[in-house]
Amino acid sequence: MSAMISSPHQHDSNSVQRIMATVLLALIPGITALVWLLGNGVIINLGIAIVSALLSEWVFLRFRGRNPVSAVSDFSAVLTAVLLALALPPLMPAWQVALGTIFAIVVGKQLFGGIGNNPFNPAMLGYALLLISFPASMSQWIQPQSAASNLDIAQAWQLAVDGVMPAAMAWDSMTGATPLSEVREGLLQHNMLSELHPDGSWSALMSSGWAWVALAYLAGGAFLILKGIMSWRIPLSLLASVTVVSGLLWLIDSNQFASPLFHLLSGAVMLGAFFIATDPVSASTTPKGQLIFGALIGLFIVIIRTWGGYPDAVAFSVLLLNMAAPTIDYYTQPRVFGGER
Amino acid sequence: MANVSIHDFHGGLILDDHKALSTQHPIAPVYLPKTLVVPLQQHIGQIAEPCVKVGDHVLKGQLIAKASEYVSANIHAPSSGTVTSIDEQPIAHPSGLNALCISIECDGKDTWTNLPEAIGDWETTEPQLLRDRLRQSGIVGLGGAVFPTAVKTNTQNKPVDTLILNASECEPYITCDDMLMRTDPEKIMTGAKILQHIVGAKKILIGIEENKPQAIKALRNAINHTDIEIVVVPNKYPSGGEKQLIHLLTGIEVPSQGLPIDVGILCQNVGTCVAVADAILEGKPFIDRVVTLTGDALAKPQNVRALIGTSIHELIEHHSGFAKACQRTLMGGPMMGFSLPDIDRPIAKGSNCILSLHEVEPTQEPQPCIRCGECVKVCPALLLPQQLYWYAKSHNFDQAQDHHLFDCIECGCCAHVCPSKIPLVQYYRFAKTEIWASEREKQQSDLARRRHEFRDARLARLEAERKARLRKKKEVLESKPKATGDDPKKAAIEAAMKRVAAKKAAQAAEDKPS
Amino acid sequence: MLSGIITLTALSLIFGLLLGYSAIRFRVEGDPIADQIDALLPQTQCGQCSYAGCRPYAEAIANGEAEINRCPPGGEVTMIALAELLGRDPMPLEDEEAAAKPKAVAIIIEKDCIGCTLCIQACPVDAILGAAKQMHTVIEAECTGCELCIPPCPVECIDMVPIKDTTDTWRWPLPNQNSAEVSHG
Repeated sequence: MSAMISSPHQHDSNSVQRIMATVLLALIPGITALVWLLGNGVIINLGIAIVSALLSEWVFLRFRGRNPVSAVSDFSAVLTAVLLALALPPLMPAWQVALGTIFAIVVGKQLFGGIGNNPFNPAMLGYALLLISFPASMSQWIQPQSAASNLDIAQAWQLAVDGVMPAAMAWDSMTGATPLSEVREGLLQHNMLSELHPDGSWSALMSSGWAWVALAYLAGGAFLILKGIMSWRIPLSLLASVTVVSGLLWLIDSNQFASPLFHLLSGAVMLGAFFIATDPVSASTTPKGQLIFGALIGLFIVIIRTWGGYPDAVAFSVLLLNMAAPTIDYYTQPRVFGGER
Repeated sequence: MANVSIHDFHGGLILDDHKALSTQHPIAPVYLPKTLVVPLQQHIGQIAEPCVKVGDHVLKGQLIAKASEYVSANIHAPSSGTVTSIDEQPIAHPSGLNALCISIECDGKDTWTNLPEAIGDWETTEPQLLRDRLRQSGIVGLGGAVFPTAVKTNTQNKPVDTLILNASECEPYITCDDMLMRTDPEKIMTGAKILQHIVGAKKILIGIEENKPQAIKALRNAINHTDIEIVVVPNKYPSGGEKQLIHLLTGIEVPSQGLPIDVGILCQNVGTCVAVADAILEGKPFIDRVVTLTGDALAKPQNVRALIGTSIHELIEHHSGFAKACQRTLMGGPMMGFSLPDIDRPIAKGSNCILSLHEVEPTQEPQPCIRCGECVKVCPALLLPQQLYWYAKSHNFDQAQDHHLFDCIECGCCAHVCPSKIPLVQYYRFAKTEIWASEREKQQSDLARRRHEFRDARLARLEAERKARLRKKKEVLESKPKATGDDPKKAAIEAAMKRVAAKKAAQAAEDKPS
Repeated sequence: MLSGIITLTALSLIFGLLLGYSAIRFRVEGDPIADQIDALLPQTQCGQCSYAGCRPYAEAIANGEAEINRCPPGGEVTMIALAELLGRDPMPLEDEEAAAKPKAVAIIIEKDCIGCTLCIQACPVDAILGAAKQMHTVIEAECTGCELCIPPCPVECIDMVPIKDTTDTWRWPLPNQNSAEVSHG
């Protein structure tokens, strides 16, 4: 007897590839903003990450005896690579970028059984590996709108891949603190926020240019929600939670704790809210569970940023909640039709 | 007219309905084929038992198989002729297996048998008598569930507030109810009133989708009672699902493991109403139904009235013929129908539509589930299809049941939207049939254990009885020497004789049980 | 150092008391393990596990004398269920071939039957009807397919006939699987 064909016998035209492609499309404003801010180093990172991701996924799928074409062509590896690359400092040594990406794809995704089976967000797993193994390169962010960000592609390539500095430049003059790390260092040295940012944190952010990047991610995310690709639950609960928790702290002491707007528009909160925490495979899957998932990530982001050991906390918060997602799902099963209220 | 508000249900899909394909012609009259193959199981419940023999001549409407249990249905000869065989024949079933059928060679005369009397005064007749007539006529639910109507309308004194007529016909391509409503709306109303009388419902609501304007108009013109109301519902699949329709019209959610009767509602298909009216007013048993023949492979898609037992192949050849090669034939609609390996299978009581497709979607290799949650958005039963899929796939049937697997109505909305093209409904069906099979096996093994334990107990009892008998015999023999004389020699001889006798008795007792 | 010793001793006393109290207070009256194992076995009573029935095999497993992979009629499903119950690792079935045999029932060829009652005595669930010098017949609904009646029959008039699927018992196969492979699961 031939293989059984079960109903339904018609389907709509959605596909995994289409979803991933739309998400990549929504990242374009963010990528553009970041390139404008930090230069061609971003493009180098993206290139290296994408190539390493595709190659490692292809090789590993062959190794597992699966058909590599269908799995690679669904753009999920590309998406992981792009998200990781956007989180990394530009002009980072290329081999480190490649290592992180390969770890993300192989350990974060393929070893668990491929797409759909990974309990952790692969991009964040790669980021965590790099942060813990190479703390120096991971904290070496170049100054926006400076000589470093104005390197052309060839110079950026040389620096990242070969480690060759362009003439008359040195790391010290190229790098600078991000707004987050600046605030963090300052607070640790018992400076007040009012001293660090005499014109207020908001204008510090806007003048550094980082806020534009965050707003670009926000625009992309809103596009995805309106298109129905993504549910509004995780982004909204995450941002709401960040606002509420940091707002409470800020109200208690606005000199010790940064304002909600600062938290929302700095670091990877926007990227995380719309593109990282919403990775469907590793996130919570029930409607109520998604609200709890997003809210707790937001809470942890603020806590780790304020009292933890790293300036930015999105990666670790997401990984923590990835661990909790199955439990959250178990306890938030929706009421079945006709079930007891 | 519509002072009943609609309470939308969660999920569902708006689909292209393809209804116009088969509504271009009126319902074609009955075609009398040369042979009829009538399956004995066309209903939910126990299989009917034949009450004719091979070689018997039967008349149209004659009882040929009896309902074997309470939940079962009578089967009648759809036309006059001779019974040629009672054996396993191919039937229309997802498994493709054969089942017991009565095959009749038609004599072409189509002679009716003596029908039971018409019950003209049904309004004053005891509901039990009316139910008996429905039972006698072999009527089953024609919406697809084929549940015996006589059983369904036995409310066992539970109050029924509303009788809902399911005129929604939400699945694409199917139009048999639509055409029936356009043609015979008065009969539908009469049937509905009869059913209302049987179950004692206070009011009747007819739920019909908005894509059937002519049927709505025909029904409106046929209403002549104030307690019947037509409610037009939006064109959303699956608004024709019993629980979904009840929610749409009343806002009530039928309890998860319960029945509509538990909340005072009874739901019947409009086709069933017509069959009920025929049975009560004319004494006619259920022997034919309207079938939609549709699909892009047919030359003349239309609705036809078909005798139960007609071969699908003959039906199509007679009424329409093929315009293009048929790549896939479905019994039912594209969302819930099953594919037929060939069309030399008979029409049964529940066959509402034959869909002959020339263009079929190319089969796509399913991708892994990415837990996107699209399925959750469209599930009308508010389930978590992606979780049910994971559990069914890993044979974790306990967890699947915890996630309300048996509340799934197998509507197919989840699989329709899945971007990974996973055949979700098949996983749920697999899990359900595995669970039922293991329940059956558990019953079997419990029975076997009890029988084995009883056997062990029986053998032990026999052994104990044997030992008790031996002991008694020994005691009897031992008590005798005290009564005899005190001659020591005689006593010695007698003692020796007793020993031999006891030995013989023991030998005889040992030989017995084997 | 003394304070350290005292603290640790006090802590262990406290936790020991807590554990003891919980062991008594939250004690669960459960089935003896042999009953639970027996509940998972298919009750075919065939003896293919080399024990005289399902109950002796269950007790042997409970005593640790037997492995969980010896039941062919139970197949892999039973072995996995036992593994889960007992917390042991699943292992390949001892007799894969016997496990793969389709479920069957015994049928007596009545024209050959001599009425010797040997099969009746052999049947572990009393599924054969008959008496000395009377016709014997197998009650199909009670037959477990254990095949214990076949060796004693002097005229070899008992056949094992595989149970066919009907539309009632047919099971949907998993996608990408031939349904014929599944129905004899």
